[in-house]
Amino acid sequence: MSLKKPSKNQPKNFEFNTSSLEAANTIIAKYPEGKQQSAVMALLYIAQRQNDNWIPLVAMKYIAKFLNMPYIKVYEVATFYSMYNLSPVGKYFVQVCTTTPCMIRGANKLVEACKEKISENESELSSDKTCSWMEVECLGACVNAPMMQINDDYYEDLDKEKTLKILDAILKGESPKPGSYRGRINNEPENNRKTLMDLKNA
Amino acid sequence: MLKDQDRIFQNLYNDLGSDVASSQKRGDWVNTKALTDKGRDWIINEIKDSQLRGRGGAGFPTGLKWSFAPKELGSRPHYLVINADESEPGTCKDRDLLRFEPHKLIEGCLIASYAVQAHVCYIYIRGEYFIEGQKLQTAIDEAYEKNLIGKNAANTGWDLDIFIHYGAGAYICGEETALLESIEGKKGQPRLKPPFPALIGLYGCPTIINNVETIAVVPTILRKSGKWFSSLGREKNTGTKIFCISGNVNSPCNVEEEMNIPLKELIEVHAGGVVGGWENLQAVIPGGSSMPLIPKDKCETLTMDFDSLTAEKSGLGTAGIVVINKDQDIIKCMARIARFYKHESCGQCTPCREGSGWMWRMLERMARGEATKDEVDMLGDVTNQIAGHTICAFGEGSSWPVQGLLRHFKKEIKERNKFDPIVKENKNIPYLVDQHLLDKNA
Repeated sequence: MSLKKPSKNQPKNFEFNTSSLEAANTIIAKYPEGKQQSAVMALLYIAQRQNDNWIPLVAMKYIAKFLNMPYIKVYEVATFYSMYNLSPVGKYFVQVCTTTPCMIRGANKLVEACKEKISENESELSSDKTCSWMEVECLGACVNAPMMQINDDYYEDLDKEKTLKILDAILKGESPKPGSYRGRINNEPENNRKTLMDLKNA
Repeated sequence: MLKDQDRIFQNLYNDLGSDVASSQKRGDWVNTKALTDKGRDWIINEIKDSQLRGRGGAGFPTGLKWSFAPKELGSRPHYLVINADESEPGTCKDRDLLRFEPHKLIEGCLIASYAVQAHVCYIYIRGEYFIEGQKLQTAIDEAYEKNLIGKNAANTGWDLDIFIHYGAGAYICGEETALLESIEGKKGQPRLKPPFPALIGLYGCPTIINNVETIAVVPTILRKSGKWFSSLGREKNTGTKIFCISGNVNSPCNVEEEMNIPLKELIEVHAGGVVGGWENLQAVIPGGSSMPLIPKDKCETLTMDFDSLTAEKSGLGTAGIVVINKDQDIIKCMARIARFYKHESCGQCTPCREGSGWMWRMLERMARGEATKDEVDMLGDVTNQIAGHTICAFGEGSSWPVQGLLRHFKKEIKERNKFDPIVKENKNIPYLVDQHLLDKNA
């Protein structure tokens, strides 16, 4: 269960734009007739993307009407799952994994870097309002620990220095390359590959 | 070490490309019709012969699970659901399959759907794997284009549609009934079982739920025969498995190996050894964070399969191996895992919702050396109050790692937490209201 409060500053209106509407209708078509409620999670994502990475309450009401379901059910879903942001998080949302496999490889250094570059506390916007960070639970890239996620992209095999560089780049508005920052290919054992060797040489 | 030609996932490190053409070169989608033509019973029997056990953590025999689906298609449609909500700390195998071997998964979906008579298959991917989900979507689009799925999929005469459903960051949705709730657009809170999903599942219809890895190995098993698969590993623990080795090792990696491989070989050969040498090893979590840890002395001889780890009072789980060396504070590591479970408890059952928080706070105190002597036993008591008293297996999952810590590192905890409230030491502990009674007995 995530402990999140909806933002105090709520916009008055929300409506899907044309591209969101199109995406929403494609998603509803995935589910059997009469089961359009299944699309609520995907529609919340669409609303989040359209509204600068967070979901206002009016958007939940809009989705409830759109799917013909009670508002409280949408609210329930939006507050249950941790990936729906109910208050502004900035254009660049940095999530640092600090669960044990990352922790024992030095995830706290990444947190330090975020504190230095973005803001002292988590879930707090940086001074230019473009960026925020938070500690999250396992992101499922444990062999590439420590790692962080910025919006959709994974940045792996980090240390403090590399994190500072990445954060500098995003604060300047650049988009640094996602993936491993120790130059290894995907999840192969670094300099120690013992399997599928013929393929590597092929 | 397993021979390279016996490895099912040839493209685990993406040397060969994941598009449909290069997948076909590796043997995917080659005459899928020949497999389905042999009939449902043959497929299910072959999977039973292979003794394939679910790769998602519980290790339930896959062939048996499929045979639970109703034999005749009634008024309700059947569904196949693929569980790609991989969130167990220490596990990152499904991510690579979604990225690099999507066609093995899609072909597996077709064969499994045919075997359990499903025309619709949902793949539930955790929300954080958005990029991986998109890669899978590209592969699905390719498959539709080549008529490998859709109407008369791959000329098998079977219609199949595959849809992706993204989760949104809830670990509990990896539990199969919570996953179904989530697909139905509700909070991911597990359902009571029975009724089992094989009879009443998604939208109240018969539903078979399998892990990504389980489904992705199916086409290869059918092509190479169940006998080949069961010749690897040992009785009841057959085949190959992707092991994720993370933590304090020199080169953390994913590697596909035979079941029953010695743990020491995995760490020393594939992962480049423990940081600081084998002697610096403290403990190993063998199967994702839910499984009790194993101390160093047992790691010497341990082999990695379902039954030998159960014998050690642990489990293979998802085969996510987390290596912890002596530079780490083991109590702190476990406190962090307890925090994970406190964060991820769905809140439905009281023992888990409250107990996971208790365990976390007690462990944090123990890591700092502020707990009382009695609390060490009390912690064991709390874990027993949680395990077995919840709707889903999350209760066990959250209390097992703590029980493992108590089983093997009780001495360390007690050494650090020597404070005994019975001794007249004037420490102000607000929650100990009857201090005066204790003092009298002393």
